[in-house]
Amino acid sequence: MLEIRGITQRFGGITALEDISFSVAKGDITGIIGPNGAGKTTLFNIATGIYSQTKGQIFLDGVDISRIPAERLARRGLVRTFQNIELFGTLTVLENVMLGLHTQSRCGMLACMTKMPWHIAEERRIRTKAMVLLEFCGITNLADQVAGSLPFGKGRLLEIARAMATAPRIMLMDEPAAGLNNRETNELALLIRKIRDAGVTVVLVEHDMELVMDICDRIVVLNLGQKLAEGTPREIQEHPAVIAAYLGEG
Amino acid sequence: MNREVYKFLVLVAIVLLCPLAVHEGYILNVLVFVGIHTMLALALNLLLGYAGQISLGQAGFFGLGAYISGILTATHGVNPWLAMGEGAVVVTLLAFLIGFPILKLKGHYLAMATLGLGIIIYIVFNEAVDQTGGPSGLSGIPNLSLGGIIFDNDLKNYYLIWTFVLLSMGLALNLVHSRIGRALRAIHDSEVAARVMGVNARLLKVQIFALSAGLSAVAGSLYAHTMTFVAPASFGFNFSVELVTMVIIGGLASIYGSLLGAALLTLLPELLRAFQDYDIIVYGLLLIIMTMYMPGGLVKGVPALFSAIRSRLKRKPSAHA
Repeated sequence: MLEIRGITQRFGGITALEDISFSVAKGDITGIIGPNGAGKTTLFNIATGIYSQTKGQIFLDGVDISRIPAERLARRGLVRTFQNIELFGTLTVLENVMLGLHTQSRCGMLACMTKMPWHIAEERRIRTKAMVLLEFCGITNLADQVAGSLPFGKGRLLEIARAMATAPRIMLMDEPAAGLNNRETNELALLIRKIRDAGVTVVLVEHDMELVMDICDRIVVLNLGQKLAEGTPREIQEHPAVIAAYLGEG
Repeated sequence: MNREVYKFLVLVAIVLLCPLAVHEGYILNVLVFVGIHTMLALALNLLLGYAGQISLGQAGFFGLGAYISGILTATHGVNPWLAMGEGAVVVTLLAFLIGFPILKLKGHYLAMATLGLGIIIYIVFNEAVDQTGGPSGLSGIPNLSLGGIIFDNDLKNYYLIWTFVLLSMGLALNLVHSRIGRALRAIHDSEVAARVMGVNARLLKVQIFALSAGLSAVAGSLYAHTMTFVAPASFGFNFSVELVTMVIIGGLASIYGSLLGAALLTLLPELLRAFQDYDIIVYGLLLIIMTMYMPGGLVKGVPALFSAIRSRLKRKPSAHA
């Protein structure tokens, strides 16, 4: 479904990623792990059109998406969440999710300003759909709160609800468990499985090994910009190079 | 009924009834200016308060509207309504084209670019003497008229201008409570996240910039036809800054805040006449105090002040008992 082919990224003299290749199968939960500075987030930023890579391509269902700007990827079914949740703080929880439905509504400025009947109908449709997604993530009771005032864990759930609103086929999650306590992490694991069961392929960058080993079908290990290993959680756990990298053996 | 609709109807009633309370031509004339400034502050607030993009060239668009209307009617004898429409369309398109390169810039750089734009327009007003009359201005601009009514006195102008104010406020209220308004605020909060959600941030910023310029141009036309005279001095850099002040004092990202800010900054100099030569000092001090103690602007600050007073009044009697 998603194929990373020979991605290299240099920032000035620093090589953040060196010839990375792997592919993600449809319906899988794939984990990307690696020590700090391995280049995981950089890879996400390239895949989602925020950075332009130095070399290589990324294919989504056979189409090269690596030079398509971020705003056009949502329509193609690719969406992401951010490591330090990027919510729209001045919007309410419900409005955040309604914004996720932006590409599924089309009224222009004139129709919005004059409140045409089809605009009112569209607005009602988006609102109903957004409420369903809040329900999906279990935050219906927070609908009218301003997103900026949410506790971190709830903010994470909202970010996922908002991403789900874009009707993605594949969701890239950048450290979804960062900053969550144990109970919240367990709920997150359930939610990620639920997302996969809803037909969305999931790729996640994560430091929480327990979570990764628990929910991922496949794992890719990066270290210092290079791909170190790839396989099932069991294979990764027993991989000598991975153990060396994590325990710091030379 | 919806609370928003209710609030708006109260405003309509106040606007309609205001002339019953004040008959003096002088006060009505000041209120005409409050109206024009409200439209301008509103236009800037859509850009600055909602989309989070600064413009220090708004006076330029205001002036372009005024001059296009003035030149077309006074020199070429075009119907004033037609001239107003033409001004709005030309300025909107112009801003749309300039918007693409200029809105790639952010923060201070965008401020510099729009400031430059405003100054260029101001220089054209001064130097294109054949067309604009240069520094001494352009006179003989006809009043607007509608079905035999000529808008040639303070009361008629009051109703004319405030019809436009209410109309633009109504349209703006609809806009900010729609998917477009949400997208604008989203760009303000996190442009990256908005783009990932499929919002074409670049195009939307240019569109709102063009809309803001177009609305300012309409205000300019109205100004030209009510004053029947325009001169470059009204469209300088100082006025652009004053508009930014109106928006911030009134309340960023608030339609009613634009009205409050415009009203305060237009009425205050009149009220401060009592201080004579010291009025500008008092004016400056008031603005500083207000920005310090009402960072959310009048629209948030005034209700907060009232509730603070109310709670203090409630506490006092119980202290005596």
